[in-house]
Amino acid sequence: MDTFWRVLLLQDYNTRLVVIGTVLLGIAAGSVGSLLLLRKRALVGDVISHATLPGVGVAFLLMVMMGGTGRWSIGLLLGAAIAGVLAAALVLLIKRTTMLRDDAAMAIVMSAAFGLGIALLGVIQDLPNGNQAGLESIIYGKTASMVQADAIGIGIAAIIVILISAALYKEFRLLCFDDHFAGSQGWPVTTLDLALLLLGTAVTVIGLQAVGLILVLAFLIIPAAAARYWTDRLVIMMVISSLLGAASAWFGVTISALVPRMPAGAVIVLSASAIFMLSLVLGSRRGLLVRLIRARGIRHRTNRQHILRAIWECEETSGKVCRGDLLKRRRWTQREVDRLLRKARSRGEIESAHGEEVVLTETGQEAAQVVVRNHRLWELFLIRHADIAPTHVDRDADEIEHVLGVELVQELEAALGPEGSLPSSPHVLGEASP
Amino acid sequence: MSWMNGLDDWIIVLGALAAIACVLPGTFLVLRGMGMMGDAISHAVLPGIALGFFVSGTRDNVWMFLGAAIAGIVTAVLTQFLHRMGRLERGAAMGVVFTSLFALGLVMIVQAADHVDLDPNCVLYGAIELAPLDTVMFLGMEVPRAFPVLLVVCLINLVIILLFYKEMVISSFDPDMARSTGIHSGLMNQVLMVMTAATCVACFEVVGSILVVSLLVIPAATARLISDRLSIVLVLAVIVGVIGAGLGHISAITVPSWFSSDVEDTSTSGMMAVAAGVLFALAWVLAPRHGLLVLAIHRIRLRVRIVSEDVLGFLFRFEERGESMSVHNIRQTLTSLADAGPLASRLAIVSLKRRRLVYREGSVWKLSDAGRARAVEVVRSHRLWETWLWRQADLAADHVHGQAMRLEHVTDERMRAELEIQTGSVSQDPHGRPIPAGDSEGEDGAAASPPGD
Repeated sequence: MDTFWRVLLLQDYNTRLVVIGTVLLGIAAGSVGSLLLLRKRALVGDVISHATLPGVGVAFLLMVMMGGTGRWSIGLLLGAAIAGVLAAALVLLIKRTTMLRDDAAMAIVMSAAFGLGIALLGVIQDLPNGNQAGLESIIYGKTASMVQADAIGIGIAAIIVILISAALYKEFRLLCFDDHFAGSQGWPVTTLDLALLLLGTAVTVIGLQAVGLILVLAFLIIPAAAARYWTDRLVIMMVISSLLGAASAWFGVTISALVPRMPAGAVIVLSASAIFMLSLVLGSRRGLLVRLIRARGIRHRTNRQHILRAIWECEETSGKVCRGDLLKRRRWTQREVDRLLRKARSRGEIESAHGEEVVLTETGQEAAQVVVRNHRLWELFLIRHADIAPTHVDRDADEIEHVLGVELVQELEAALGPEGSLPSSPHVLGEASP
Repeated sequence: MSWMNGLDDWIIVLGALAAIACVLPGTFLVLRGMGMMGDAISHAVLPGIALGFFVSGTRDNVWMFLGAAIAGIVTAVLTQFLHRMGRLERGAAMGVVFTSLFALGLVMIVQAADHVDLDPNCVLYGAIELAPLDTVMFLGMEVPRAFPVLLVVCLINLVIILLFYKEMVISSFDPDMARSTGIHSGLMNQVLMVMTAATCVACFEVVGSILVVSLLVIPAATARLISDRLSIVLVLAVIVGVIGAGLGHISAITVPSWFSSDVEDTSTSGMMAVAAGVLFALAWVLAPRHGLLVLAIHRIRLRVRIVSEDVLGFLFRFEERGESMSVHNIRQTLTSLADAGPLASRLAIVSLKRRRLVYREGSVWKLSDAGRARAVEVVRSHRLWETWLWRQADLAADHVHGQAMRLEHVTDERMRAELEIQTGSVSQDPHGRPIPAGDSEGEDGAAASPPGD
């Protein structure tokens, strides 16, 4: 347990480096990933990361041809970055000039580029001085063996990426939410798109060293997707996503330092996935739980309004309401009707001791009147202004009556004139409405 | 290069078989816009393969298949769940699922490194070069172990596609229509996913997970560029896949030696993906109907036609005003009034001269009789449109010129007659210029306006 805290709290020198490097990377990836996710370009990271491999290979060969050893890491990363941007641009080009959709365009560029990369690595391996050990780490990352220079490099690059995405925040926001509007306002949409891809490439390339090219994609997508469940605002989403990225990096590195045979990159991704799953269920904005509760609320309200209207209309036609009559008004079972009546009773909308007969209390009558009125106002509106036959309006109104606001009702009253108070039903109040 | 009979033959045969196996489900993935699903599944099967190892403790194909197929289905189902219930965009949902599963697979493999010899490299890149060395007896012949496996997968895929061809097609193009005709489109989707997953696994050992993606998508996309008919696309895709496999291996053992004498060959699976990519690029540029080249030619021809019609129109208007148009003048007019570049102007004039619609007299361009007849049509269309836009569409008189400039090029005689009727056969356009009378042979009596009116 002691070691756990020592590692988690950065008292261990080696881990401290790795943690700082990957956490900064997580922050940068989180903010850029949010933008890519909203621009519906999440998988472009996949294309970029695979396309970096031939870039690295070509850079290595060029450096060897110019007489070097080919190990100069800045040169390699530059090659990776150029290849990444080219691949992303190629995807856009294929999409624009053929009828293929973007998934096919991405898969084509990604796999062909990666194949080229593998072929180049195969060539490099056979070269006399071509020990490809340095290149291997690009595919799987070398999180655990990160040295100070790597961590500092990643840190600086990550900070630059964060600053740029903050500086272009307003432009990117427009681009993500309404590119047509942005274009019509005179923003250079294509340039901005390229800038965003450039940032994505930057994150991917610096992420290569930390987690390897296959898992760097996870850094771009998962925290951003998780953050989406907590907020509807872009700036908050970017902050949350950065925090989640940083947290999973920290936690992942810690675990991998403590447990033997835990590859850091993979554990970072798994931590991010765990956070994602929690967000999916618990997210305060779009999480499953919140949406479930919201849907339940709506169902309750709808059911209450259904039963109230059914009682009212029954009373209107036959003067006396029995449970059996209610059953015929709508497609529901006896058990459902009983349950709804029980609930209405507990809310004090129906008088209790009346046996088979159902009688609305005063509050119940008021509530029912509002519902019936909304229903009929809408029916009248449809008949008068939308030219729908009186026999067909019941069903349409049935769906809309639950969401009519006070203002809309006032507008309907104004539009319909004197009949506004409580119009009689424009159609025969019949048996089970559909 | 060194071509070893048998060995190299087998490599190409295995590559071609893998290509055929992948193309069959791949075509439908491309049609459905699920090309990246292949990528997702091929990464996500890693934990399934690892699980197969743990359960069986051997590199037995059956267990690997089972584990990977389950992982493939899990990927498809989870992606669908995140897309529908989690309201994530499909690409993002896929990304979340497959990176997580891949990471899980990596951890499982590294954890169990002592018990099983499973090399993630092998899954990523495959080892097609070594495949022919690992042989079994099959139908009394010594063949590579991968051969019967791939053959069976090919046959199964073929049978499934032939059996469900209609269902697959309808649910790929129009899921709603499929549902309304009683086809279980979701089930077809699952069948396709299982087929993709199983094919991926069968091909891994030979070609690696990345090449699987290239075989799944690239031949199908290439064929899609060439043809618009699904049955032809399927056949073409198979051909492209097989050619790509052959080219890939041949270039893997020849191309590197062109650059350096130290290097004998390189990864065949990598070069197969590259070869497929090259074939795609060729189709992209050269495809008969949708290729970039054909489109460019169409565009240039259209542009030249429009500019030459503009030239005729300008010459007519100059004649009308009693001016003449010098060789120098016409370029300037075209650039400033018709927005035509130097190349389009030159081509237009050449084409007009060749069709004898204009001729040169000293330094002045003149209309021939045939040219004047065509010019009348253009100017008549232009001025009829101006009138129509001004009267019928309530556009301001000083705003109709630009619209008419575009519409005049797509207006035929019947349209002109209709325009004339609708504008009430007036004789002048909004700018007060006469609308030339139509060619009386080409139109019916109602549309003919009295000359000299």
